Amino acid sequence: MEPLVIDAKGMHYRELNQIIRDKVAEGYRHFILHNVNGQRYIGAGIMEDVFIEIHGVAGNDLGVFMKRGTIIVYDDAQDGVGNTMEGTKIVVHGMAGDVCGYGMRGGKLHILRDIGYRTGIHMKTYKDMVPVIIVGGKAGDFFGEYMAGGILILLNLWDDDDRPIVGSYLGTGMHGGVMYIRGEVDPHNLGKEVGIKELDEKDFLLLKKLLKEYCEDFKDYGLSVDEIMKSPFTKLVPVSTRPYGKIYAY
Amino acid sequence: MLYKSLSSFPVFEVERDYDKCIVCGCCVQQCTFDATYYLPYAKKVITDEHKCVGCKRCEAMCPTGAIKVRAVTNEFKHNAYWDARTIRDIYKQADQGGVILTGGGNDRRFRVYWDHLLIDACQVTNPSIDPLREPMELRTFLGRKPDALEVEYNEKGEPELKTKIAPNLVAEIPVIFAPMSYGALNLNMHKAMAAAADAMGTYWNTGEGSLHRDLYKYGHCTIVQVASGRFGVSAEYLKVAAAAEIKIGQGAKPGIGGHLPGEKVDEEISKTRMIPVGTDALSPAPHHDIYSIEDLRQLIYAIKEATNYEKPVSVKIAAVHNVAAIASGIARAGADIIVLDGFRGGTGASPAIVRDYVGIPVEIAVAVVDQRLREEGIRNWVSIIAAGGIRNSADVIKAIALGADAVYIGTSALLAVGCTLCHKCYTGRCAWGITTNDPHIAKRLNPDIAAERLINLLKGWAHEMKEMLGLMGINAIESLKGNRLRLRAIGLTKEEMDILGVLPAGEGI
Repeated sequence: MEPLVIDAKGMHYRELNQIIRDKVAEGYRHFILHNVNGQRYIGAGIMEDVFIEIHGVAGNDLGVFMKRGTIIVYDDAQDGVGNTMEGTKIVVHGMAGDVCGYGMRGGKLHILRDIGYRTGIHMKTYKDMVPVIIVGGKAGDFFGEYMAGGILILLNLWDDDDRPIVGSYLGTGMHGGVMYIRGEVDPHNLGKEVGIKELDEKDFLLLKKLLKEYCEDFKDYGLSVDEIMKSPFTKLVPVSTRPYGKIYAY
Repeated sequence: MLYKSLSSFPVFEVERDYDKCIVCGCCVQQCTFDATYYLPYAKKVITDEHKCVGCKRCEAMCPTGAIKVRAVTNEFKHNAYWDARTIRDIYKQADQGGVILTGGGNDRRFRVYWDHLLIDACQVTNPSIDPLREPMELRTFLGRKPDALEVEYNEKGEPELKTKIAPNLVAEIPVIFAPMSYGALNLNMHKAMAAAADAMGTYWNTGEGSLHRDLYKYGHCTIVQVASGRFGVSAEYLKVAAAAEIKIGQGAKPGIGGHLPGEKVDEEISKTRMIPVGTDALSPAPHHDIYSIEDLRQLIYAIKEATNYEKPVSVKIAAVHNVAAIASGIARAGADIIVLDGFRGGTGASPAIVRDYVGIPVEIAVAVVDQRLREEGIRNWVSIIAAGGIRNSADVIKAIALGADAVYIGTSALLAVGCTLCHKCYTGRCAWGITTNDPHIAKRLNPDIAAERLINLLKGWAHEMKEMLGLMGINAIESLKGNRLRLRAIGLTKEEMDILGVLPAGEGI
């Protein structure tokens, strides 16, 4: 079926999303949205294998509860990208806001530039579902807080301001999953449940595989996996899978 | 140094009548806390009393009635200030240096407002109604009601409703099984609640541990919960349910999160919660994407978008001091149902200090929230569910008269299937097979028998509620809602009566 082109100019999110849901029910799978300007919940709860292209800034909770499919945003995205998402891939050709990937248990977020606070909170792994967030720029505080699974990669490719790569309370309450940060992390910023580990061969293979896909998604920006991999990474893992196991008296 | 070990002061004593005991070993088999064992050289069964939790399983199962489990009442010198529990807790913390855990609901001696409220009846004028011979309606609609109804006439001149009615839950009895997660409870209990809710035309709530695949067939009578851990929350989970509920807080532990220890996360729980076997299931205290009413609105509408605006969205909060203003915010955030969970509400595991001293009674919370929403003219926007310590049908009637639309029952439902309130839910060793996921012990709870007992309980309450409505001369539960003139207070202060909005006994209208 032909892609469905929607001009979202001045449309309330409710109207826009209703059209998408109705058209998905009719069998449409490819959507091209123009003039998107902060409309929320695009793709919310869609279980079909859709392909949504968004021109303009996507609003909060992009792809919330989505099961599969792909979303590409040719601009920035606001807060809550990939909230409680199950398996979609979201590519953002710009920045993304706060609490992205909260409770995400599958799928991928590829963000070209910076991301806000509280990224990947309570991300979790289940069997072959391993959520991945790759951020090209820098991140704010509470990166990977309560992280229970999955992979967080922070690249700092652009380094276009004085801020540190990542903010404070990095991985506070982390009890699963792994983070790779390209560059050094000030131990002062680490949550107390996180430990720094050396990368081994497996880590490099994994990074290479994930970054290859990332670079392909952003091929217009001249990114190269080898260039990116030249800089050292810091690997962060939880100290314990039971951080709060010993605080009780029986 | 003088050291007192905890085992010096058991809480329970187990009396065994050795004339009756046939040394069958039943009590040894039944005790899941390893308190009872066989002593071969004496050919006797004895009890290690300091391990006894007072669940009375051995007493109930002993075929000859040889066992009596009794609370030790004089373990320390009588002291009206330093009671035995306080003393023992200090010993325990001095031993281990940790947070004292407990299960169940607050058992401390605070005023029970239900027991200070009396129900009105008709005499001579406005005669009472006999529910055995006249129609009596308990059906309750839960969800947003329109501000006004608009009617238009079609070409044939027939009236048609123009106002779009928001989705509502329809409960045939205003009693719903409270959110208790799969993990805190086992699957047998979830099966029993689902089957009983289905049979009685009411609902049950999954709690925050998601919904087992086997129970998707009960989706039409299931309220699914979305909590901060987002365990097993998916589009499918939201779509299969009758309603979704955002859990902000729990009456037993307001302001703190949940923690299902890794050893409880077995294969089936792992599948349902969608987390690996053996990992801790941590529910942070706040939803990290909710820091304001606006953020709450965002999650409410995310759920509404994902379910095509076909299902009501509920928000559950613990009853806390500023509950009326918070509830007003929740109503304005777009919730269709608000659940107020009072401080008597139960828990699978909570620090005892939080369970015992945080929050306020649900009686007061319901009264102040109903009042506030009425004053603001938005009471019809939401339904109110009262939760946390509803013990009998009179509590239900009083809750509704104070302004609730329906109630949740948790502890009452557990009692119906055998719980004896030993409050050891957090150990995962429940001898009655309710709050354990040990497959061997969980088999003690037969889901079919448990469902039948829950159905019996609801049927009994339904009969009683109809009687009470009838004696008040009311023939539909809707007419009782917020009708505080049908309540009178006894033994309360003026301030308490003002807050509850009830008159003292003896004062007419």
